[in-house]
Amino acid sequence: MKIAVQSEDFDLNFELARMRESRQGIGALVSFVGLVRDLNDGESVSQLTLEHYPGMTEKALQAIVADAASRWAVLDATVIHRVGSLQASEQIVLVAVASAHRDQAFKACEFIMDYLKTQAPFWKKELTASGERWLDDKDSDHDAQKCWQLP
Amino acid sequence: MKIKIFYFARLKETLKFSSEDLELPDTELSLLKLKGLLAKRSEVWQKMLLGSLKVRGAINHVLVDDQALIVDGDEVAFFPPVTGG
Repeated sequence: MKIAVQSEDFDLNFELARMRESRQGIGALVSFVGLVRDLNDGESVSQLTLEHYPGMTEKALQAIVADAASRWAVLDATVIHRVGSLQASEQIVLVAVASAHRDQAFKACEFIMDYLKTQAPFWKKELTASGERWLDDKDSDHDAQKCWQLP
Repeated sequence: MKIKIFYFARLKETLKFSSEDLELPDTELSLLKLKGLLAKRSEVWQKMLLGSLKVRGAINHVLVDDQALIVDGDEVAFFPPVTGG
């Protein structure tokens, strides 16, 4: 498992190749890459600044990945989240999950992403033509996370 | 008891500082009570912690609700709902 919070960009192919070789039995590798959207709420976004809570962020991500691994047969997982100043269309986050079969990998990848959105201490600030604005959390993200809650 | 408090994102910008050490007469205190104590500092604090914008809290790097108890040596943090990913 690899968890990283970094300002540098990441290379999807490198990470997937590393995971593919990490162990035997992998039959499915699902990945999600989140990007800085150049358009948000009708305004053109030129830059995004990501702040986080050093110390807590890594622990929160580890807990989310551990939770996913307890629900599905995860053979390997990678979460890389960038912080600092990012330009439009740059990569923000990578979540990749390796499993024996695709259904486990798809579900675990989506679960990690949904929990990351609502539990990991990152905050986004956009720079638009009308100035800087902190983004608000979205109800749709909370709803997505709640769908995974066990009865 | 002595605690450390961190502030992030919008809260940090409002206060123009990101952390403080605080000494309190209590031996334990709920997060809600700590918010109440801090809110008494000024209207800015009142609005920031008990106003219309949601504030989340963490104790020792774990997200908690308002009833969670803070004890000596704890690291507390206040921040807006998270927006990563």
